[in-house]
Amino acid sequence: MTRALVNIPKQAKRGETIEIKTLLSHPMETGYRRDTMGRAVPRDIINRFVCSYNGVEVFRADLFPAIAANPFITFYTVATESGELKLSWTGDDGETRTETATITVA
Amino acid sequence: MTRPFPIAATRRQFLLVAGSAGLAPLLAPKPAAATADSMAAAIREVVGEASVRPGKVKLELPPLIENGNAVPLTVTVDSPMTDSDHVKAVHLFNEKNPQPNVASFHLGSRAGRAKISTRIRLADSQKVIAIAQMSDGSFWSDSVDVVVTLAACLEDSPP
Repeated sequence: MTRALVNIPKQAKRGETIEIKTLLSHPMETGYRRDTMGRAVPRDIINRFVCSYNGVEVFRADLFPAIAANPFITFYTVATESGELKLSWTGDDGETRTETATITVA
Repeated sequence: MTRPFPIAATRRQFLLVAGSAGLAPLLAPKPAAATADSMAAAIREVVGEASVRPGKVKLELPPLIENGNAVPLTVTVDSPMTDSDHVKAVHLFNEKNPQPNVASFHLGSRAGRAKISTRIRLADSQKVIAIAQMSDGSFWSDSVDVVVTLAACLEDSPP
């Protein structure tokens, strides 16, 4: 299974804007390359990334082959309430990798 | 292997042709490469008939890139990010990769700050454009011209 690194503050003040850093280990194969035998390497990328905060989508990204291998995305969200942040990456093969993090809002 | 230009009769003609062709054969995009036209078409698809104005958006990436396989990029949009005035989406486009689209980020008033960082691939020296779609329906953009010394993804084989 691919490895994901997520950096989300564990605690925040209500209304504070927090930074979320994500990194997924994935080759992001473009489909434009050829292997040593000259065969085309089939495309295999993460095409969608979604972040939801207590079930509400707060950030979504549609990704294309121009995103570098091991997709790294940093974005912001407002800490509204204590709860769970769910991050999910969906690949061309339809598989979804999900990470969750809890945040305590004071 | 065909030559990119006909063999000239004399050395002088040859040099003239070679000179005018310059490095073009080396830099010429692959048949699948996106062009300024296909980038414009991709932008049209997102923007529709609305006009895109320069401003509000700040696209930061290094002007000289050694390795096109992982180019750090940051987009910041000047917006208060309130319910009535916020950034709905940020779209990234490029001129010369095989595909004109790079990524589309969808955010809303809950983002708090319209700032996104990622790493992209660039297949050639080219122009990168960021377009922000605001909640009032307007579009704002910024573009950066970059020089790439080692291109991404075209020549190398997988490890």
